[in-house]
Amino acid sequence: MSVRVQEEDFDAGAEIARLRAGDARVGAVASFIGTVRDVNDDATVARLTLEHYPGMTEKALQAIVAEAKQRFDVYEVLVIHRVGELRPTDQIVLVAVTGAHRGEAFDACRFVMDYLKTRAPFWKKERTPQGERWVDARVSDDEAAARW
Amino acid sequence: MRDQTAVSVRVVYLARLREAFLSPGEMLRLPGGSEATVAGVLAELRSRGGAFAAELAPGRAIRVAVNHDMAQPADAVRDGDEVALFPPVTGG
Repeated sequence: MSVRVQEEDFDAGAEIARLRAGDARVGAVASFIGTVRDVNDDATVARLTLEHYPGMTEKALQAIVAEAKQRFDVYEVLVIHRVGELRPTDQIVLVAVTGAHRGEAFDACRFVMDYLKTRAPFWKKERTPQGERWVDARVSDDEAAARW
Repeated sequence: MRDQTAVSVRVVYLARLREAFLSPGEMLRLPGGSEATVAGVLAELRSRGGAFAAELAPGRAIRVAVNHDMAQPADAVRDGDEVALFPPVTGG
């Protein structure tokens, strides 16, 4: 499965090893891991809750992976995104891409993250000393996605 | 011509909207004569006033998906469709 949405943590090393196992065409593996920070918009974050829209979220991620494979000369693309209750330092998301060369692998990895940030239905809610708040979408994320 | 009086959709509220509306979703029947479009669904909900009018006011950043695909205001909705309303996404 190239797309997984799950509560459980993931082992990036094991996932990447599996992604490129036995594939001698691969000369480049690019990956990105997003993690929970303890500060956002000047407030201390004690906990992060990630909500998604079951059914649509998986479909949206699969569409992004399919588009990445179409746009870039890469072999495999893996996306794992966690949902539920997370804490600072926890892993949120893994994107891993295999290809023949680094340029296309880096680009595809960044493309998937930029599109995921603006197109995949996930929402973050933070618990701060001032209470709970939904995280607002950032204009910089739209700009990052628009570059592609 | 399609009988618009028969259009019922399942609306789904996510994230901030679910909390504002105190509900994860509901069945919504579009009254006869109203537009069977995404815009028609939003207008019907807005007409309730209160949190619906406030959260769905023109100019608020609201996204809509019909049957798990992103949709625009002019897109048609059909009987039995699932219409999800949510704020701009913030994953990753």
